[in-house]
Amino acid sequence: MSTITADPRLASRASTRARRAVRRGRYLGKAGVLVLSVLLVVWTIVPIYNMVLISLEPEGDVFTDHLWPKVPSVESFLGVMTEGHWYLEHFWRQFANSLYLGAMVTFLTLLFGSLTSFSIGRMRIRHGWLVSNCALLTYVIPASFLAIPFYRIMQNYGLANNLWSVIAALVAFATPYAIFVFQEYGRSIPIEVDESARIDGASPFQIYRRIYLPLMAPALVAVGTYALLLAWNEFLYQFLLLSTKSSMTVPVALAQFLNSDQSPWNYMMATAIVYALPPVAIYYAFRRRMTAGLTMGGVKG
Amino acid sequence: MSSTPQVLTARPAALHRPRRPSWPRHLHGSELAWAAAFVVPYAAVFLAFVVYPVAYGLWMAREPSLYRDLLRDPLYGRTVVNTLLYVGLGVNLKMFLALLLSGFFMRRRWWIKALLPIYILPWALPAIPAFVSFHWMLIGEEGFVDSVLSALFGIPGPIWFTHRWLALGSNIVAYIWKWMPFWTLTFLAGRLAIPQELYEAAAVDGAGGCRRFTHVIFPLLGTLYLVCTLLSTLWTVGDFTTVYLVSEGAPSYSTDVLATLGIHYAFDAAQPALGVAAVMSALPVLIPIAIVLMRTVHTKEVQL
Repeated sequence: MSTITADPRLASRASTRARRAVRRGRYLGKAGVLVLSVLLVVWTIVPIYNMVLISLEPEGDVFTDHLWPKVPSVESFLGVMTEGHWYLEHFWRQFANSLYLGAMVTFLTLLFGSLTSFSIGRMRIRHGWLVSNCALLTYVIPASFLAIPFYRIMQNYGLANNLWSVIAALVAFATPYAIFVFQEYGRSIPIEVDESARIDGASPFQIYRRIYLPLMAPALVAVGTYALLLAWNEFLYQFLLLSTKSSMTVPVALAQFLNSDQSPWNYMMATAIVYALPPVAIYYAFRRRMTAGLTMGGVKG
Repeated sequence: MSSTPQVLTARPAALHRPRRPSWPRHLHGSELAWAAAFVVPYAAVFLAFVVYPVAYGLWMAREPSLYRDLLRDPLYGRTVVNTLLYVGLGVNLKMFLALLLSGFFMRRRWWIKALLPIYILPWALPAIPAFVSFHWMLIGEEGFVDSVLSALFGIPGPIWFTHRWLALGSNIVAYIWKWMPFWTLTFLAGRLAIPQELYEAAAVDGAGGCRRFTHVIFPLLGTLYLVCTLLSTLWTVGDFTTVYLVSEGAPSYSTDVLATLGIHYAFDAAQPALGVAAVMSALPVLIPIAIVLMRTVHTKEVQL
């Protein structure tokens, strides 16, 4: 900013020109921002719109290359609700399976993760660092690479086609992240809190139950949503391990539609939309807290 | 956290700020029993469902002849190329766009604030419905994309899944669509953590958008960017759902990536050992990435 010019007139002319350039730049910038906003909305909405479009087509009329349904029909949604198509015979059973899977994965991830991080981070059990580092090594090999040996093992255990085999796999995969976040978050809770409780004669379990868990509530919410969404998003393990109609979850049932060229696509899309609603609702309900969890402790550069 | 000899050589963060431990330095008696009991459930899960499958997988893929078979199979070579393209293009494009877009979402206009929740939608949407929708959007003349092309421009769109590069490109686009919002949020959080004075100082010194990006934002977010890219690479190498649902490997397995090829070998060709060998052949690449990632996280103290 140290442009000291001898001639003041020259300087003022230069600054007018600069100001004009800035203003022009601002208009261009504004237009650019608008264009980009519109592009982003289109980019985001198109696949979702496509889902709704197909689900609203009356049966047999799918794929007649128009951009909006000529005669929108909610027949497919009614079909999903009443299990009105043989593809959807067990829809509510499968939906309940998905819910059970999500709930169990969330609960066990939170339970095991918080117990472990309490023992390592607060009680400082000897060699605790070994546990948390080993846990993170889980992520070196992607879960999908372990699907084949996992499938074999579950068959040997007689757990194939059992929801608990999927729960076990997902808990094993989600807990290291939980331990990591809990330990980071736990650093912000003064250790003196534990100290005073110990002096008052509380057992470790009481400290965990009455002090640690309530103070960790924000981290528990963040990790819980993460675990739930992980279970809801997961496909490969459910696809491999669950094969009968009554034991499978909604994603596997959706993949069943793809096996045939003659499937009722409007029913498939309606199923997909019904399946997508819970996480979207949960996401918007917990949005603020989840973003907080993502950046737990802030980002140090 | 402390260090295992090869993988993590960094100092544990807790050691930097020593604190009077409230629990005794070495736990005794019932407290030690409690502490051990708290770790047991996770340790059991880890041993039974992580260590055992990894060991079992390595044991299944132990025969050197398997790797000879792999190298002889043209499908494998093509799959490796696809995986490199899918991960390399997908991750880097996604990360770079996410970094730029995070700057866009820093603006304070009301419509940009309103745009963010919409933009986040792909992340909130489960992967399976989203990718199924992508598949039908690109299915051919009857798909939504080709319908739009013919309605707006009067040109017949291609049949996306009969051409290898178009199909691979479709997978990458679907992948970027699904995961870019998540990383945009991460970078947005990173940008918000940069003190506002730095931007103002740069603006006062007359730095425009470009120079502000290269001289202020990138140096400050560089580590975060590196960590996120490496992490995302690890996750994307194992991505099965996108390719399986969007292009389904079409045309004739030419867009498979390692994760889908492994499953294909194991369950369609009934050669599970070959399938495990195919995916395990990525380990020589994955392990160095993991080492660099862990070192960066530990030395630079980046937190996700």
